[in-house]
Amino acid sequence: MGSVLINVPKRAKRGDVIEIKTLMSHIMETGFRHTATGELIPRDIITSFSCRYNGEEIFRADLFPAISANPFISFFTTATETGTLEFSWIGDRGFSETATASITIE
Amino acid sequence: MMKRTMDETEHSRRRFLALSGAAMAVVTLRSAEATPATMNAAMREVTGAAAVRAGKVKLEVPPLVENGNTVPLSVSVTSPMTAEDHVRSIHVFVEKNPQPNSGNFFLGPRAGRAQVSTRIRLADSQKIVAIAKLSDGSFWSATTEVVVTLAACTEEVI
Repeated sequence: MGSVLINVPKRAKRGDVIEIKTLMSHIMETGFRHTATGELIPRDIITSFSCRYNGEEIFRADLFPAISANPFISFFTTATETGTLEFSWIGDRGFSETATASITIE
Repeated sequence: MMKRTMDETEHSRRRFLALSGAAMAVVTLRSAEATPATMNAAMREVTGAAAVRAGKVKLEVPPLVENGNTVPLSVSVTSPMTAEDHVRSIHVFVEKNPQPNSGNFFLGPRAGRAQVSTRIRLADSQKIVAIAKLSDGSFWSATTEVVVTLAACTEEVI
């Protein structure tokens, strides 16, 4: 369904502050637009994004219609241990997508 | 003949720029005084009765935006990001979109750096406010004005 881009460094030193960039394809229909015939187009957005690092939540965001289509979110975390980053996007109309990335600590 | 026409065009262009500059200044002044109540209400939901001080927060948005549908926005907060002293959350509000809330970002000491970036929609030239909640319960903010030439949200879908 949704295609996703994630940018996480493959390797990092313990204690490094690393940047994580994510992009999820989604229309992010605001619910404020009308068709040419005047009908309101119902809202269809991603409402929540979260990132877990080896099971522990390190970042979470509430998204609103003001977030552009194909939401791009970037944030930082401290590289602590080798493992997996799990990303989750949840939205209207039952939208639910996950993705993972692995990181190796040297 | 051609030369004169171009001179005239250039002259009127300058006049237009000068006028629009003056208009912008007026709008800026007015909005700085009269923040729409909806944005204030949305900000109060986050901050409660706590005072919000200006400072610590850096809000980066291009001052002039051609397309309001995707406006790069970056918020960073000056913080050591330790267990005792860190940023808990960052909230972005806009003044003239249909809904003032734009994004809430929750972080913690593990972030290492209190900075988030995203892309937002702007329905009009307007004021953007970023508020950061720190671990000691204090709130800090930054405000910026953005001029948008093509607004988001208003176009019709065919």
